[in-house]
Amino acid sequence: MGRVVFWQGNRAVAMGAIMAGVKFYAGYPITPSSEIAEILSAELPKVGGIFIQMEDEIGSIAAAIGASLAGLKSMTATSGPGFSLKQENIGFAIMAEVPVVIVDVQRGGPSTGTPTKPFQGDFMQARWGTHGGFPLVVLSPSSVKECFELTIEAFNLAERFRTPVVLLSDEVVGHMRERIELPEDSEVKIYNRKRPKASPLNYKPYEADPEDDIPPMAAYGEGYCFHVTGLVHNEYGLPTNDPKEIEALNLRLLRKFEKGKDLLVKFSSFELEDAEVVIVAFGCVARSAMGALREARKLGYKVGLFRPVILWPFPEEPLKKIASKVKAIIVPEMNPGLMVREVERVVGGRCEVHSLIRLDTEIITPEQILEKVKEVA
Amino acid sequence: MPRENIARFLRLGLFPHIFCAGCGHGIAFHALIRAFDALGYNPEEVMVVSGIGCSSRIPGYINANTLHTTHGRALAFATGIKLAKPHLRVVTVMGDGDCAAIGGNHFIHAARRNIDITAIVLNNYIYGMTGGQASPTTPHGARGSTAPYGFIERQFDLCNLAVAAGAVYVARATVFHISQMESFIKKALQKRGFSFVEIISTCPTQFGRRNRLRGAVEMMEWLKNNSVPLSKAKEMSDEELEGKIVIGEFADKEMIEYTELYHSLCKAAIGEGMSK
Repeated sequence: MGRVVFWQGNRAVAMGAIMAGVKFYAGYPITPSSEIAEILSAELPKVGGIFIQMEDEIGSIAAAIGASLAGLKSMTATSGPGFSLKQENIGFAIMAEVPVVIVDVQRGGPSTGTPTKPFQGDFMQARWGTHGGFPLVVLSPSSVKECFELTIEAFNLAERFRTPVVLLSDEVVGHMRERIELPEDSEVKIYNRKRPKASPLNYKPYEADPEDDIPPMAAYGEGYCFHVTGLVHNEYGLPTNDPKEIEALNLRLLRKFEKGKDLLVKFSSFELEDAEVVIVAFGCVARSAMGALREARKLGYKVGLFRPVILWPFPEEPLKKIASKVKAIIVPEMNPGLMVREVERVVGGRCEVHSLIRLDTEIITPEQILEKVKEVA
Repeated sequence: MPRENIARFLRLGLFPHIFCAGCGHGIAFHALIRAFDALGYNPEEVMVVSGIGCSSRIPGYINANTLHTTHGRALAFATGIKLAKPHLRVVTVMGDGDCAAIGGNHFIHAARRNIDITAIVLNNYIYGMTGGQASPTTPHGARGSTAPYGFIERQFDLCNLAVAAGAVYVARATVFHISQMESFIKKALQKRGFSFVEIISTCPTQFGRRNRLRGAVEMMEWLKNNSVPLSKAKEMSDEELEGKIVIGEFADKEMIEYTELYHSLCKAAIGEGMSK
C-alpha cells in the first residue's frame, strides 16, 4: 500500500485521472464539479499535461475530443446543466469512436435546479441523453476511494472500447472527505488504446479487429493522414450513404460492447445469501442503504444490498438472479424514480419492486430506508 | 487531373465532389491547397478541421489530417488538437452560419486566446446545405427560405468581429479575386497566432436564385462589381458602402501565441515543483 491521504471526492477524481495518464483537461466552471478543474489546472502542467478553461461546456468536450484524436488521454467534468450541453459531442465521440472521460457531479435539476445540493437525476440522461440511442458506459462512485479507482477504470474502458465514458458522481460523493490508502503505481492497471500496426499508407481508421470489433487508433500528427467525421462512415472514415455500410457500422458500434460485456459488469453486494428484501441503490444513496442494512439486520430483518458500480450497461443478469430469490426489492433514489424503471424492467415480475424517492435534495436517510424495509418485509 | 504537387493533397478517389454547379467553394478549396503547396507543407503536418455545412465537407477531400466535427465546433476541436500537437499546421474551414451563428462563441474566444489556428470562412450569405435559410451574414433585405419577405436583421461583419476579438491577421477576399485570396491565405498560414480569412463565395443554388443572381456568371460579376478595396473604402461614406464588399487586410500584427504561453507556464510549474 502507498500513501494515506484525506481527500475530497472531487480531488480523488482529479488525482485518479493523473494516475490513469490524463494529459488533457478542458472544462468550464460549474458547481459542484469545479474542484476537479481547479486541481487539474495546478497538477497537469507539472506532468506536461494541458489544462484549458474553455468558453463553454460544448467547447470543453469538443477540445477534449480533439486532443484525444491527437493522441492524449482526455477528460472534462461538469454538472447537470453542463452535462446537457455536452450531449451533442458525446454523440460525436460515440460515432467517431473517440476515448474521452466525462465526469458529471450531479446536482438538483431540472435546469439550474439546486447547484449546491445532491441529486441523482441524470441516471437516465447519462445513458440516453444524446440522440441516436447508442450505448455508452457509465460508472457510479459512492466513496472517495471509488472516485479515485473508478476514474482510472473510466479511462481504461474509454481507451479499450474507443468510447466516451461517463463517471456519474454526485454532490455528496464529490464534496465529502474520506481517508484513503493510495495504491502503489505498480498495483494500478492502465490500459492504453490499441495503436495501428498498419503503415500510414495501408491504414484504414475504422477497420476493426475481428476479435473485439474495435479499430486500432492512430493519432493526428504522427504520419497517418486519415479522416474522422460524425457522419456515418466506412472503414476509410469517409462518409457513406450506402445502407449496407451504414448498417455495418451501426451494428459494430453495438457489437463491440456485446463482445466486451464481461468487462462491463461491476457491482458490489452485501448479505445477499439469505436476503428476503434487497435494496438496490447507487451513488451517495448506497451509503444510506448500507446503514439501513446494518440496522435492519440488528432487528432481525433479512436484508441485502445490491449496488451497481457500472450503471450502464445496467447489470441485468446479476439482478435477475437476485430477483428470483427474494420477496422484494427496494429502490431508494434521489430523483423522480428513474432507476426503479430499469429495475422493474429487468425484474420482470419475479419479485415485488418498491420505489422510495426523495425530492427535497436532502440525502435519503438510513431511517427512511429502514422504514420501507419494515413496510415491505 | 490536377498537377502532382496539388494532387498529393487530394483524396482523388472521392471525386466528383458534392458541390453544386456554380458554387464558389471549389475555387477557395483549390487556393487553400495551392497555398499549402507553395509554402512547402506536407500532408502529414497539415490538420484541417471543419464544422457542418457545405464548406465543412472540404476536409473530406483533402489528403491530410482531417476532421469533420459538429455544427459550429470546428475551432473548439481544433483548439484541443493544436494544444496536443503544436507542430501541426491547423486550419479550420467553416461556413458563415457555422462560424458566425452557432459557432460564434468559439470564434471570438479562439481569436482572444490567439491560438495558432488559421480560420477560413467561406461566406456565401446563406445556409446552403439545409436549403437556403437566412444566416447572420445574409444582407439586410435579401431573401432566404426563412426570409421570404426579405431579411430584417443587420448583416454581421465578420472581419470587424475578428479584429475586435483580437485576431492577429484578418483579411477578406472573394472567390472572384483569386490571386488576392491565395496571397491572404498564405499570409494567414504563416502568421503565428489566430489568423482569419473571410472569403465571399457564391451560392447560385440557394442564395442567387432567391436574389436575382440565378447564374454562376452573374454571381461572379456581382462579386467583381460590388467589391471595394479597403484603401478606397476608407474614403467612402456609409451610404456609398451600402451593399459593397470591402476586401483587403484588416489586421496584421504580432502578439505572443497561446501554445507558446502554455509551454512557458508548464516550465514555470515544473520549476516550482522542483524548488519545493
